[in-house]
Amino acid sequence: MTYAGWILLTGILVGVTCGMIGALLVLRKMAMIADAISHTVLLGIVLAFFVTQSLNGLPMLIGAGLIGLLTAFLVQWLDSSGVQSGAAIGVVFTSLFALGVVLLSFVGDGVHLDVQHALMGQISYVPWNTWSLGGINLGPKAVWLLGGVLLLNIVTILLFYKELKVSTFDPKLAASMGIPIVFLHYLLMSLVSFSTVASFDSVGAILVVAMLIVPGATAYLLTDRFGFMIILSACLGALAAVMGYGLGVWLDVSIAGAMATSCGILFALAFLFSPRQGVVTKWWNRKVLKESVNHP
Amino acid sequence: MNALEVADIHVTYDKQPALEHVSFHVPQGSLTGIIGPNGAGKSTLIKAILQLIPKLSGDVTVYGQPLKEQRKRIGYVPQRSEVDWDFPTNALDVVLMGRYGHIGMFKRVKKKDKAFAMECLAKVGMEEYADRQISQLSGGQQQRVFLARAIAQDASIYFMDEPFAGVDAATEKTIIELLKEWKEEGRTVLVVHHDLQTVRSYFDYCLLLNKTPVAFGPTAESFSLENLEATYGGKLALLSQNASLQEIGV
Amino acid sequence: MDVWFDLLQNPNARWVLTGSLLLGFASGVIGSFVLLKKQSLISDAMAHAALPGICIAYLIYGVKSTPLFLIGAALSGLLATYLIQAIVTHSKLKTDASIGVVLSVFFGFGIVLLTYITRHSGGNQAGLDDFIFGQAASMVRNDVYMIAIGSLFIILFTTLFFKEFKVATFDPQFAKGIGLPVKGLNAIMMMLVIMMVVIGIQMVGVILMAALLITPPLAARYWTDRLEWMGLISGSIGAISGVVGTALSTMGEGLPTGPLIVLTASCIFFISLLFGFKKGIIVKGVRHA
Repeated sequence: MTYAGWILLTGILVGVTCGMIGALLVLRKMAMIADAISHTVLLGIVLAFFVTQSLNGLPMLIGAGLIGLLTAFLVQWLDSSGVQSGAAIGVVFTSLFALGVVLLSFVGDGVHLDVQHALMGQISYVPWNTWSLGGINLGPKAVWLLGGVLLLNIVTILLFYKELKVSTFDPKLAASMGIPIVFLHYLLMSLVSFSTVASFDSVGAILVVAMLIVPGATAYLLTDRFGFMIILSACLGALAAVMGYGLGVWLDVSIAGAMATSCGILFALAFLFSPRQGVVTKWWNRKVLKESVNHP
Repeated sequence: MNALEVADIHVTYDKQPALEHVSFHVPQGSLTGIIGPNGAGKSTLIKAILQLIPKLSGDVTVYGQPLKEQRKRIGYVPQRSEVDWDFPTNALDVVLMGRYGHIGMFKRVKKKDKAFAMECLAKVGMEEYADRQISQLSGGQQQRVFLARAIAQDASIYFMDEPFAGVDAATEKTIIELLKEWKEEGRTVLVVHHDLQTVRSYFDYCLLLNKTPVAFGPTAESFSLENLEATYGGKLALLSQNASLQEIGV
Repeated sequence: MDVWFDLLQNPNARWVLTGSLLLGFASGVIGSFVLLKKQSLISDAMAHAALPGICIAYLIYGVKSTPLFLIGAALSGLLATYLIQAIVTHSKLKTDASIGVVLSVFFGFGIVLLTYITRHSGGNQAGLDDFIFGQAASMVRNDVYMIAIGSLFIILFTTLFFKEFKVATFDPQFAKGIGLPVKGLNAIMMMLVIMMVVIGIQMVGVILMAALLITPPLAARYWTDRLEWMGLISGSIGAISGVVGTALSTMGEGLPTGPLIVLTASCIFFISLLFGFKKGIIVKGVRHA
């Protein structure tokens, strides 16, 4: 595959992986917890680096997963001890993220891990960093990692589809039916962490927030159906990735930033023109209605 | 003179009419109960009168003048559930807020304001709780703090939103004594009220409301079975299962 | 100890430390109201959203000028706040998703502009990078003046309106009932918060600025039940964090200021969480035992 092909594939994988999880996050009103986790995952990555002295996929996944769960747990715990949830999220993510950034500044110059990278990723380096087994080049590591996490997301969502649906719609009902809602919560938080860390190389820890939340929010404005919303959100994520790549190359700017901007453009379009929810659509319908009343 | 004149108030929520054609006037020194089923717009009416929410149309006159010029003569007791009781403040401080209208902007709270606020707390039997953080008060005690704040406002006309909701018997007694005292002092009081059984003994005027006024006048006349049925519709049958209509006194 | 002494000997460092002290104090005070109005995450979005504003200001005028950057930051912060409100009012999205959308898209767009400036308008990004994590070392005397004056202004205004802010935050309906201009007061509060965020980003950076508004008041709440004390304690925690964080960052090469300030505040929060007189875990444990 060509260089551009690999980059596009990586971007689409990021969009789909994050998008499908994002739909669930928006429905469960956990967008900002996801924002927190995608920030704190940096700490997990840096710690994994300090322990293993390398930037391998598996230790990074474990480190990020643990810190992601820790973030979700701390927020939950502060929340239940009486701190309002917004502030709980704020204090936890800024603390852990700040620690991550400070530790990052102690990482030597020779390593492919710095603040810039952590912020916006380096998708253009992804095709160079390949994985070979027994002398055979198997393609970029990031693609494998993303593909693995995507598979994990799909399998998990399919396995727990009913439970996720019920507990998203009505957590109390779900609890009364004996569905382990706490387990589902932390399961989803782990998926968020894994998706973040898999996307980290390409779009960075902060811009992944856009890929997580915005396609989900856009899909929420476009459909009322749970299953379709997850699929739509994944497609919108992929579309934003392709648009972002084009925009980024055309203007010679950060591709990750351009992907986030594309997410924003798609969202703005849905916000204004969504067939039933759109602001302009509603305004237009009202105008047509008024005229038909005035001139029957 | 009428203490309050309300002329043709209309309010809508999300294009749904919440209040329509509400007109009535309340004489000075009266105790008026605002009665109606859930969703009848009782709290909305108080908020619309006080201009806390926008209204489509309608005029409000307080003691013969537009509401804006009479702000200092108005006291308001919101529903207890509408504030954040974890707010970092104590009982005395909440009562002091009742003086803010009199103290004015940029001016500091003085000793005499504090002394007055203490008196108000004492009047509702809460002086020993002055330093207590408000979340550590019981429901009845929180309502008493709100009452003390209303006393501190030293208003001519009071609007109270469900002051009896979820309070203990002792607090209910304190509230009703205070209402009677205010009445004797010539102050006017309007109370959003839920409990049909106590209407006859508490209020001398009654506004039966269901989006639009069904009846208004002295309780003896307005609080009739006929009017109640018109206000509550079929729900009255449900209500009267709990309390016989005799107990209600119609 | 010597290091601290050296620091105080250096007049430039002394200025920067004074600036960070005032900045921390002001953000602690105004942050108390942000926290009680439950707008902590909106302030986070405001700070993130400042980035594209700074970049656009640079693209329009082509020079590094702190006042212009601050105006750009304030405008895009305001726009972001407005959009969050608009999305919540005009669609079925809830506040948290709306904040997330606006925050991440504004920041992403900011990164686009930042890379555009680096690659097209030549050279060293005009120090724009410093706005992401804050860099006390790169500040000049005028920047410090601006921080100091802005902070003093915020402290003064908050003190002046303290009583009104308190009742408007605690019981807005009642405040309206006694004739206070609640909408106006909220607008003033919003302006002070925007101003706080904008003058803070030079030192703390757009990503972590919100922490300076969230963490000190949250920590202060564990020590007191009174808003007056909360403001004062929160201000002091902010001031200590500002000074300690700034001092630490000037000691090491390339240590970003913002994260160090935030980490200091987080440590104080942790101590408060454990030992706070009013709500701390240990006090609660003793009371229950």
